[in-house]
Amino acid sequence: MLAHLGTRTLAGAVVVLGVVTLTFLLVRLAPGDPVERLLGPTATAAQLAAQRRALGLDRPLAAQYAIWLGRFAAGDWGRSIATGRPVRALLGDAVPATLALVGTSLVLSYLLGLAVGAWQSGAGPRVDTALSITTVTLFALPGYWLGLMLVMAFTYWAHWLPAFGAAGLDADGLTGWSRLADRLRHFALPLTTLTLIGVGGAARYVRGAMRDVVSQPFVRTAEAKGLSPWQVTRRHVARNALIPVVTLIGLSLPALFSGAVFVEAVFAWPGVGRRLVEAVQARDYPVVMAATAVTAVLVVAGNLLTDLGVAWIDPRIRRGKGAT
Amino acid sequence: MRRLWRDRRASFGVAVLAIVTGAAVAGPLVSTGGPTAQHDIVATRFLRPLATDHAGSFHPLGTDRFGRDVWTRLVYGARVSLAVGALAVLLSVVIGVLVGGIAGFWPGPVRTSLLALTDFVLALPRVVLLLLLAAMTRPSAVLVIVVLGLTGWMSVARLVHGEVRSLAARPFVEGAVALGLRRGRVLVRHILPNALTPVIVSAALGLGNAIMLEAGLSFLGLGVQPPTPSWGNMIASGRDTLVNAPWVAAAPGVALVLVVVACTLLGDALQDALNPATRYQTQRLPA
Repeated sequence: MLAHLGTRTLAGAVVVLGVVTLTFLLVRLAPGDPVERLLGPTATAAQLAAQRRALGLDRPLAAQYAIWLGRFAAGDWGRSIATGRPVRALLGDAVPATLALVGTSLVLSYLLGLAVGAWQSGAGPRVDTALSITTVTLFALPGYWLGLMLVMAFTYWAHWLPAFGAAGLDADGLTGWSRLADRLRHFALPLTTLTLIGVGGAARYVRGAMRDVVSQPFVRTAEAKGLSPWQVTRRHVARNALIPVVTLIGLSLPALFSGAVFVEAVFAWPGVGRRLVEAVQARDYPVVMAATAVTAVLVVAGNLLTDLGVAWIDPRIRRGKGAT
Repeated sequence: MRRLWRDRRASFGVAVLAIVTGAAVAGPLVSTGGPTAQHDIVATRFLRPLATDHAGSFHPLGTDRFGRDVWTRLVYGARVSLAVGALAVLLSVVIGVLVGGIAGFWPGPVRTSLLALTDFVLALPRVVLLLLLAAMTRPSAVLVIVVLGLTGWMSVARLVHGEVRSLAARPFVEGAVALGLRRGRVLVRHILPNALTPVIVSAALGLGNAIMLEAGLSFLGLGVQPPTPSWGNMIASGRDTLVNAPWVAAAPGVALVLVVVACTLLGDALQDALNPATRYQTQRLPA
């Protein structure tokens, strides 16, 4: 169990290192001189050279990489070219916002997805088909478009919910319950958007996993010994179907963070995704690099957590490989 | 094949894709004027769907803020979306087959490193990588194709790797090797043709995914640039006029969802038709 987790942590660290290296290389290979961009068109050759030396850009690529990696690991992520703020502070505010959005949506998606998928696997063909059509459509919705349609319905037509941001303009003046209510109202639309799409994906997968388990011999044995359908589903089918489903949570994390990028951009949700999009549009390289690395770390950490979850559910892994 | 034709999911998928492709190819025949044609802006902007303007032109999906016909733009946008999606999937299938084939047929360090590479790229958030690459260069359709292709080959590589590995142990492959053929030739001539069936499923699912991502990039202004219509930048331009003219953003979104659903259903149906295990299941379960 410990060895298993150790290997996975190591693999995760390699992925993060790979992402950081890839980002570094891509940014260095990008056309355009960052120093010229920084100093503007009026800079003299001497000024350019001085700035280049100050930034360490006159050294060989490998040395630059080593220095940059050291600084990055130490938490010195530089300053945003566009705003001048330290990148670390910029992203430090953003990570909790993204985690709140992605985390809540993940939990809701899978709870609802499990319910819908389980309902489908036990339902008749008509219900099954209807639900299948619903889930495949939900899964196909582009987050930014669904977001716009929800804004149209709930903000412009119904005037119920705010369309963007994490808090109202007057949020600083609010206290206690009204402040919480303001937060929740801003949270509602981005969360609904991500969750609706997530439920589609999760339910489709749960249905498939349940069907795979239902055709196993041990389910027939359970039926044969006279257990009620509910008991068979809950004790024998659901428990076994849960293993691939939890594994899927880990595999779907990159897609979930990708989806969050669009949803954050549409709702101006102050998360990592929105910062990344803004930085990309402004060619703000330090922020782009750091946001990419932070996303990779979040994905890898999420994968490790799901590994723990699988090990906790599946006794074969919990007791080590020999037990199988 | 016959089973596939009887599958309603497959017929729906094929029908939608055929209609959209047909409309895209026959663009000028099924639409009025060009996608960027503007007439009297004040008189023709924000016409509701099914409206006829003062000059007598009919606008089935209304017009946008420049008085451009939304249906025409949708049809021309389908050209961009389908072409970019199809080429990106083609590129990722080529890369995936190469990586998977080599990993499946050359055991040892080659296989280990290629599989590690696959797992690595699979763990990356694809959109973040797309944004990163889009930030590096001037956005264009070609860049979108290359980037989507380079970040979409992993599932194909995994499938092909599995197939090739199991095929490599078959007698006809051993026979070909025993005859003294070069391994590369054995792989290309004898193994890969037999390993490509599951790739079709992956390609169908990948097409929907690629079209959706292209629209996403164009929506953020990092893909196909206006005034060339793409479904993504049409949604982006409709975003500003959501209150006055919701149809401008709604129409390309509906088209997008239809095409992605069609690709997914087609992929599912192909999967069931090609995979004997799930085929058995669908028969066994009360249907």
